Amino acid sequence: MNIALLTSEIAVVILALLIIIFDLLLPRQETRRSLGAFAVCGLLGILVYTFSQYGISATVYHGFFVVDTFALFFKQLFIVATILTLLFSLDYVEKMTRNAGEFYALLLLGLVGMMVMASATDLLTLFVGLELMTIVFYVLVGFDLKSVKSSEAGIKYAILGSASSAVFLYGVSWIYGFTGNIMLSQIAEHITASPAVLFGMGLMIAGFCFKLSIVPFHMWAPDVYEGAPIPVTAMLAMASKAAGFAIVLRVFFVAFNDLQMYWLPIVSALAGLSMVVGIVGAIWQKNTKRMLAYSSIAQAGYILSGMLAANPAGVKGMLVYAVLYMVANVGAFAVTLAVYNQCGSDDIEDLSGLSQKSPLLAVVMTVSLMSMAGLPPMAGFVGKMYIFMAIADSGYLWLAILGLVMSMISVYYYILVVRAMYSNAVKDQQIFTMSGSLRIVALLSLIATLFIGIYPAPLATLANAAAMALW
Amino acid sequence: MVHFPLLTTILLTPIWGILVLSIMPREADKTIKMIAAVTMAIALGLTLYAYWAYDITLGGLQYVEHVPWIEELGVAYSLGVDGISLPLLLLTMLVGFSAVFVSWNIDKRSKEFFIQLLLLIVGAIGTFVSQDLFIFLLFYELGIVPTYIMMVVWGSAERVSKEYAAMKLTIYLLLGSAFMLAGVIALYVNAFPAGMRTFGMQALAQAHVLGNLSEHVQVIVFFLLLLGFGSTLSMWPFYSWAPDGYAAAPTGVSMLHAGVLKKVGGYGLIRIGLLILPLGVKFWAPFIAIFAVVNVLYAAFVALAQKDLKYIIGYSSISHMGYILIGFAALNVISIDGAIANMFAHGIMSALFFAMIGLVYDKTKTRQVPELGGLAHQMPRIATGFMLAGMSSLGLPGLAGFIPEFTTFVGAFKVYPLYTFIAISGIVFTAVYILRMLANVLFGPRREEFDSCRDASGAELVSLVLLGTVLVAFGFFPQILIGVINSSVEPIMATLMGGAF
Repeated sequence: MNIALLTSEIAVVILALLIIIFDLLLPRQETRRSLGAFAVCGLLGILVYTFSQYGISATVYHGFFVVDTFALFFKQLFIVATILTLLFSLDYVEKMTRNAGEFYALLLLGLVGMMVMASATDLLTLFVGLELMTIVFYVLVGFDLKSVKSSEAGIKYAILGSASSAVFLYGVSWIYGFTGNIMLSQIAEHITASPAVLFGMGLMIAGFCFKLSIVPFHMWAPDVYEGAPIPVTAMLAMASKAAGFAIVLRVFFVAFNDLQMYWLPIVSALAGLSMVVGIVGAIWQKNTKRMLAYSSIAQAGYILSGMLAANPAGVKGMLVYAVLYMVANVGAFAVTLAVYNQCGSDDIEDLSGLSQKSPLLAVVMTVSLMSMAGLPPMAGFVGKMYIFMAIADSGYLWLAILGLVMSMISVYYYILVVRAMYSNAVKDQQIFTMSGSLRIVALLSLIATLFIGIYPAPLATLANAAAMALW
Repeated sequence: MVHFPLLTTILLTPIWGILVLSIMPREADKTIKMIAAVTMAIALGLTLYAYWAYDITLGGLQYVEHVPWIEELGVAYSLGVDGISLPLLLLTMLVGFSAVFVSWNIDKRSKEFFIQLLLLIVGAIGTFVSQDLFIFLLFYELGIVPTYIMMVVWGSAERVSKEYAAMKLTIYLLLGSAFMLAGVIALYVNAFPAGMRTFGMQALAQAHVLGNLSEHVQVIVFFLLLLGFGSTLSMWPFYSWAPDGYAAAPTGVSMLHAGVLKKVGGYGLIRIGLLILPLGVKFWAPFIAIFAVVNVLYAAFVALAQKDLKYIIGYSSISHMGYILIGFAALNVISIDGAIANMFAHGIMSALFFAMIGLVYDKTKTRQVPELGGLAHQMPRIATGFMLAGMSSLGLPGLAGFIPEFTTFVGAFKVYPLYTFIAISGIVFTAVYILRMLANVLFGPRREEFDSCRDASGAELVSLVLLGTVLVAFGFFPQILIGVINSSVEPIMATLMGGAF
């Protein structure tokens, strides 16, 4: 048994515990900002370490936990997302709560949950990781005790989330009952298309779709996204969603690969519905976070549609998309947060005149949103091309057309944000300030979005290696 | 100088200009304008050199650059121009250069304006020089968001709100391009089996020759492309974004959109449609010819009823697209030569029109024909520009508009005698609305309320002189234009005639 494979997870847990201890030891008046910086530094170290794990494909705990390129790809994605989120939210967290140490520690524990999900090769480990992540998020969503909306969102997320976990677990129990296994590879060997197994699979799909906010299991997303503190919303939108996709991919392409004829039609319908409902829903939103919530529903639909190709090319597209979606979200949420720090609310109206107050942030927001909409030469375009080319190749041209049309319609509400930033008059004349780390994150997101859009080859190579690990 | 990357330099010059502009302080108004002008002057100079040095006897693609880009997808950074794209590249530069000077009087947030104007130009350059479909797509929609922002911030609108017009333009063009993208994906997937796939336009053109693309696939793919490029070209019935959009946009943007970006649609139809999907084009050509006739007549009738100068020219430009489309649909060397030459001539002409309208609006603060009159008394130079553009528009021999239209009709008449006859009769209506507009705006008794308006001078003259000269020069020496175009179209059509048609 090679416990060393778990090094990165263990390191994150230790980091989280250290932060709790430091939090206790620090004098009460002293700022907790240093803890956030500490978490960032620790995660950077762990990120560097993960690069040494490339090329490994080994399991530990009797094959329950695997470290392969696929898992590594996602782990690095989660770690990068957490680092960037921490960096841009140092100010915000300090203002929001006096328990910043706990906030950072919880965020790190959520990260551990995601990392476990990426590595899980059996339904039980997978469930443990999933719950570790979601339970941490129940707490984090309601972390802003001064805000009623945040508490409401926390409760809502906890109740609906546990219900969906129960549904998922019920599905798992059917699968276990009829295949006698929880190991994904073993399930694949014993699986037959009996009604009971299909029933179990259906329940699991419902559970997954809740976590991914796929229509019709998306109702929680707008309220929770709007209510949660901005860094938590950002993590929910990018990291938790990516983690969901990590387990979906493993479960469906390893365990349920032989049942493709049953789940492909369902997935195509769910993906198409998500695109349409997410985009139509977003049109009416006045709040930036709520708009991004609906947009994330649509984005989940796009990523999910990559599964229809049922080959490494499709999975590669999904992985590329997950990364560029993360990058775009970092930009959008960083700007939302900077504006929130300034005027204390996060409506689209509040972005008015941003191009005059901070041209950099206005450009970052524009580029991020257009990347989500999939306009060339931003990264989103490349991601959509990868996914849609793969599924068109497998005979889903209709879904590709639907996706492209919907993504162009989505420009409607993204461009309303752009209009607010560029065309509306400046509301207040006070000088716009932002922390240096936020500026760096915004700039990074801008550069990364354009770079991936213009030269996606390096990322695609990485994603391809990760996707091949599933086959 | 054996392998000087000329096209990359042309492409990067405005990008370099954007970078320089973005570090300028916002208050450096004149510096910003001068940087933009210098950038465009360099790019224009390089393009003129490319045009001059293009070897007509050789024809085909020249100044080729090829760097593998995304190998697993078969994408290469592949540039090159031939007789089809070179005139359009020159058009982009001429109009872009003029657009910078037309915008000389913009004082409000000039830094942002010129950055976005250059972005628009970069988008057009990129589409014309790329020989790889993927790179083409990267540039294809580059101008959409800048256009939107420029329209809502610097635009002016009378009939509809500028926000409405800008959103209409954005959504129309993007929806069209969604179908176009789907078409490209279907083309990419079907042209070659997995592993050999490529976005290279030359290689894709071979797919038909090799028999990889069945007629069925070509028909569907070309239909999708037609939806996309057709809306860019403001083909009936996908035209309604154009008049509102041009009217609401600031002058420089109207010039670029009507003069250049619209032509990207026509260019795409030829470059991707005709060259890669000949069977699809052949299937749809009769329908395109019908749309073309509707374009010509319908838009001309609507133009007759307009009072706003920008709307008249907007509808007139839609009407002229009909000539390009019917030339395209006739699918022979002469008609396609004419269509491409017409794209160039119309681009210059409509840019000059919009520039003059912009000047008149600047001076008199109105664009309504009934409120104007006798401007030739106070503004002889602007009147000259108007006359040149107007005469070229109705196809007066000696100006750039005549030969292309004539060639188009000669080519198209053999194939669609009836449609061509109807389309030619459209010229009568064109003459009516153009001459009536010129008479009402420029001539007639002197009006005292315009006595205080000064004629164009200084930077305002640049676009007039440059575009006016081009109109006259290409009118007298059409061979400079047609020769270059023909050198590429003829061999291409010869191959297609042997195979597809």
